[in-house]
Amino acid sequence: MKAIEFNHVGKQYRLGLVSTGTFSHDLSRWWAMNVLGKEDPFLKIGDTNIRSKKGESEFVWALKDINFSVEQGDVIGIIGKNGAGKSTLLKLLSRVTAPTVGEINVCGRIASLLEVGTGFHPEMTGRENIYMNGAIMGMTKAEITRKLDEIVDFSGCERYIDTPVKRYSSGMKVRLGFAVAAHLEPEILVVDEVLAVGDAEFQKKAIGKMQDVSKGEGRTVLFVSHNMAAVQKLCKRGILLEDGAVKYSGGIEDTVRMYIDDGTTPSQSVFYDDLSTAPGNDKVRIKSFEVLPVKGDVVSVASGIHFRLTFMNYYPTFHLDAAFVLHTADDTIIFNSGKVVSPHCQSKIGEYVVEFSLPPFMLNRGKYYMTIWMGEKNKYRICEKYSHPFMVEDAFPDDPYLGKPRPGILKMEINASSQFREVYGK
Amino acid sequence: MQQQVWTMKIRPHEKLWHIDIKEIWRYRDLIELFVRRNIVVQYKQTILGPLWYLIQPILTVIMNMVVFGGIAKMSTDGMPQALFYMAGNICWFYFSDCLNQTSNTFTANQNMFGKVYFPRLVVPIAVVISNLLRFVIQLGLFVALYLYFFVGGAPIVPNWAILLIPLLVVMLAGLGLGFGILISSLTTKYRDFTILFTFIVQLWMYATPIVYPLSMVEEGPLRTLIMANPMTSIIEAFKYATLGQGYFSWLALGYSFLFMSVLLLFSVVIFNKVQRNFMDTV
Repeated sequence: MKAIEFNHVGKQYRLGLVSTGTFSHDLSRWWAMNVLGKEDPFLKIGDTNIRSKKGESEFVWALKDINFSVEQGDVIGIIGKNGAGKSTLLKLLSRVTAPTVGEINVCGRIASLLEVGTGFHPEMTGRENIYMNGAIMGMTKAEITRKLDEIVDFSGCERYIDTPVKRYSSGMKVRLGFAVAAHLEPEILVVDEVLAVGDAEFQKKAIGKMQDVSKGEGRTVLFVSHNMAAVQKLCKRGILLEDGAVKYSGGIEDTVRMYIDDGTTPSQSVFYDDLSTAPGNDKVRIKSFEVLPVKGDVVSVASGIHFRLTFMNYYPTFHLDAAFVLHTADDTIIFNSGKVVSPHCQSKIGEYVVEFSLPPFMLNRGKYYMTIWMGEKNKYRICEKYSHPFMVEDAFPDDPYLGKPRPGILKMEINASSQFREVYGK
Repeated sequence: MQQQVWTMKIRPHEKLWHIDIKEIWRYRDLIELFVRRNIVVQYKQTILGPLWYLIQPILTVIMNMVVFGGIAKMSTDGMPQALFYMAGNICWFYFSDCLNQTSNTFTANQNMFGKVYFPRLVVPIAVVISNLLRFVIQLGLFVALYLYFFVGGAPIVPNWAILLIPLLVVMLAGLGLGFGILISSLTTKYRDFTILFTFIVQLWMYATPIVYPLSMVEEGPLRTLIMANPMTSIIEAFKYATLGQGYFSWLALGYSFLFMSVLLLFSVVIFNKVQRNFMDTV
């Protein structure tokens, strides 16, 4: 059963100073809509929501034609750059503002944590504010009283619970706010970037609580964050927004990959025919960098990967090092390993080839970058760093276990064994 | 396969008359908490605290006695000046406090309104209720003063109209709330109205028989204007009920009541319409 459904939803904003000349605009709009019975004349014009570009119209669509639905019990991550429309989407859903066109259907009570601590009054104590905050979110007093101990305990602010909130640190306010919201028991929980303020321990606690909420209690969670690790940890599905439109919707791994991916399709191998424009300088020039499967035709999870770097060296009699740094698209380093190309200051002018392989079942499918450093005896680099992207394809689409996409940077065979032992008695 | 049900549908436009009273009732605990917050917060970190509820009318009445009774020598229809001014002022205070404190509902709460949904009418309703407490305390002061003069043999006779006081209070609240939320709806977009209304409310007090009795105003366009003011009949009826002197007319009270009902209905509709999109314009 669906919990949320967006049907062609759009939200239009007017740019610039809102209160300049709106009397006349409002009048003509009112005249057209209510007296002449026409469509809203200002809906027709409007650009999409691209922040960096100068638009032609003063009306802008923060969201345009959004369609998606969320099943009950799903945990959905909504990701996208600043200004992609994430917050607007949540605002529409939590009825802070109404959509311009389209309709949103919801099944169940929504509680939103657009920013925790909403309605906290600085003069009132923590306890009073728990009641206040809970009631604003739609809880009754009896409900809050029943859960008060749990909330206080979860927030970890027991000692200060009868102190005015204005004496709290910002982290404590967030803890208290989140604690209230986490105990709301709504059918749908909307969370917007709240974990940024709490410390590591609290973030862990909060994520754990959200997992409980979705898994144990079958409730729906919409989670907006720029923290990809948290999103991946928490969500099963993802929606990628770009410029006010849904760019991708699907499994969370793929959604995050789409978001991090800069959009270039990597060529597996590069050859620089013209040495004068090849990467490098007058000391070294990269002639080619090849990413090849060890067996088969495609670089895949199962093929093993062979790397071959060919370069020209114009710098004689020195200690030449080459370092290979493998990292993911979001710049997590997987390894950094090197090779002394010419020990004992014996480098010669001419072509060098450095080769190495990675075994099958190591890298997962996805996009990776190999960055190459060349320098003299670990001290300084003699050529600018060179970064090369490549793709690893999925292997064994037919295999029931290995064929399924799995999350993670690595996809390794763990060669596990299992034994059975019969145990008598208790 | 379960049947798909939607418990809530969010549309760009709701019907104009769609006012969800049930929803407001579901949030009654929130109203109660807002009321308590309004009262508690007002006098936090003050030394005299709730005593200010009494000091304010006492000072106003003394000032009225000096300026209007003493210097301008205006008539109070033969009633003790202190009682006469007190009666008018506590009623006016209740009305104007309701009006002033609800007239910035949207602008003052935009932080909260911008993050979470609850029926926005909860906030002005809570203001009206918390001011009621203040009115009751001031009424207590009035009663104390009243007994003092009554025992002292002042020519004051309460009568049956005292039973109407709850209705008068409801009308004061209704007018204050109605004008307040109407102003708050208008001022989300055009802030000019804020300045205009502060000024109007100030003038309005003088168009209401508070520091003078209606009987002082002679027949003519001025009296028609003052009678057109829906506050006039309420305050005169209050004075009539408690002091025995004043203008009491069912017709005038009926007019004020009708005025209040229409205003309240109209304001709630406007308020309801504005609340859906005000975050974009505030």
